Amino acid sequence: MTQGAPFNVPFLAVAALIGIAFYIILSQRNLIKLVMGLGILASGVNLFLVTLGYREGGVAPIYTHAPIERMVLPVPQALTLTSIVIAVATLALMLSMVVHIYRHTGSIDSEESRTMKG
Amino acid sequence: MDKLITHSPILIIAIPLLVAFLTPLISRANEKARDVLVITTLAFVEFLVIVLARDIYANGIHIYTLGASSPTLTIPEQYMVPVRIILEVDAMSIFMCIIWATVSLAAGIYSLSFMKEETGRDRFYTLLLLMVVGTFGMMLTGDLFNLFVFLEISSIAGGALAAFRIRFADAVEGGFKYIIISSVGALMVLFAIGIFYAQYNLLNIAALAQVIQYTMLDKIALTLLVTAFVMKTGVVPLHMWFPDTYTVAPASITAMLVISSHACMYALFRICFSLYGVTLNTATVGWIIIILGVLSMFVGVTMAVPQIDIKRLMSYHAISQLGYMWLGVGVGLAVLGNPEALATYGREAISGGIFHILNHAVYKPLLFLTGGALFYRTGTRDLNKMGGLGHSMKLTSIFFIIGALSISGIPPFNGFASKIMIYESVYRLNPILAIIAMLVSIITLASFTKAFQSAFMGQELPAYKEVKEVPKSMIIGMGIPTAGIIFFSLFPGLIVDWVVYPAADALINQAAYINAVMGG
Repeated sequence: MTQGAPFNVPFLAVAALIGIAFYIILSQRNLIKLVMGLGILASGVNLFLVTLGYREGGVAPIYTHAPIERMVLPVPQALTLTSIVIAVATLALMLSMVVHIYRHTGSIDSEESRTMKG
Repeated sequence: MDKLITHSPILIIAIPLLVAFLTPLISRANEKARDVLVITTLAFVEFLVIVLARDIYANGIHIYTLGASSPTLTIPEQYMVPVRIILEVDAMSIFMCIIWATVSLAAGIYSLSFMKEETGRDRFYTLLLLMVVGTFGMMLTGDLFNLFVFLEISSIAGGALAAFRIRFADAVEGGFKYIIISSVGALMVLFAIGIFYAQYNLLNIAALAQVIQYTMLDKIALTLLVTAFVMKTGVVPLHMWFPDTYTVAPASITAMLVISSHACMYALFRICFSLYGVTLNTATVGWIIIILGVLSMFVGVTMAVPQIDIKRLMSYHAISQLGYMWLGVGVGLAVLGNPEALATYGREAISGGIFHILNHAVYKPLLFLTGGALFYRTGTRDLNKMGGLGHSMKLTSIFFIIGALSISGIPPFNGFASKIMIYESVYRLNPILAIIAMLVSIITLASFTKAFQSAFMGQELPAYKEVKEVPKSMIIGMGIPTAGIIFFSLFPGLIVDWVVYPAADALINQAAYINAVMGG
């Protein structure tokens, strides 16, 4: 463990990000803000995965250069990359839908643009 | 042929994926060729699924390891744990695959005419095939992270398809709700996967099941997974998006969304039974699932009664029918730790729930497709504006009657066969549950009688003088599930022995699931 920042700081950041994200998703009526909340949620989960993959003194697993006993298994990093790509796709799709909702109803407030109830 | 069987799990995923991205290209050259290609692909996948199913019923669990020198080499030399992506197909997975392959084929054929007026049909088929890929992936995979990836593929494609007719404001809204719910759910699943990886350094379900401890962290992960899949399945109390999305999606897509929601339910059952198994406090989790199921049954059907939008009415019934499956399987899970109760009624309850998945997967798509047929000819989903359509749309009205009788559990239709299994076994655990289930069935019949009366009976309305029967491809699309209903109604015993009991036993037998990957 390095001097300075305690090991738990990234996990606290994860908790804060996810907490903020859920607060936004549950409380905001503006659809753009809702999508931003989802973006923050995705970042929180990604940070969680990256933090899990961190090993003190580990080396990136580039086989020709790294000493074999200190390489880290890069699974969490691979998971994070996949998850980032998926998050980009979903966020883009959501934003395009918000554009269409705005064109139809002239509003991006979730209460005003709703057409279906009950 | 042997080679084909060995590689079929990956081919089921790879072929539609390849064709999905070919369709826009071929579409440019010739639209007819694209239609033929899409339907041929779906039919070929159906064929592969059936070939694989025959192999599984004969030889047990089928393992496919990606990138290994031999597909059955699950654990590489010098390693203690499986590190490669593994597709693990047992009787339960293939059961879901058969349903999905059939419904997507029916929906594909139905779409040929139903979507004819729409623009951008090349992209429609791309998305349709991607959704097929995603949902097959969820059913076939033996790896938690792949479950997440395929869940997202299926959700993104499903959300885009639900909002496909963007000229309607409500369609975009329904699609938006679906994609929001899906991505929140999927991120919760990913977080749970992170928790598992942090503790055990494993992602494979079978390998995890061998070492899982049911620590505090595992309980948190279970809570996240249950919440996420409850949300994605559309079970009360997280069902708010469900009727909105299902009402506005094109009818063929609604039929597919029903099954992709079943796939999420399958994922939850897989996690409860195969991943946690008896380490779980089965009574508590089982009762949670039972209570959610009973709530869905009751809330779903009472919300359905006052609806005047035909597809909205059917959506609420879908929620109510999901409740039966959760009730049946929940009872089985509640007694999983008790071998005696499991043998006397637990297995029967799980089988009833699973059989109900199959029955629901034929009559609910059929009903949604008839709802779509009414919309196609009349341009409205409002039951109060329809009337007398039985005169002009004879075949559609027959299809509707068959579907409605089946969903209400009227003997001798197939809905009755699975409901009686659920009633009998659930009664052994708690009689009140069985009584509620029967009551819900009666209200379902009342509600569908109302819908039939308003849409098909009565005088021919002047506004619909010109209405004709729907085009041939839509008739075929509705005919496939109808044939299913008739077949299951005639031979329920045969179906239960062939596919339902093996599927239930595959869920119960956790050891076999683990051994297929870890043993030997």
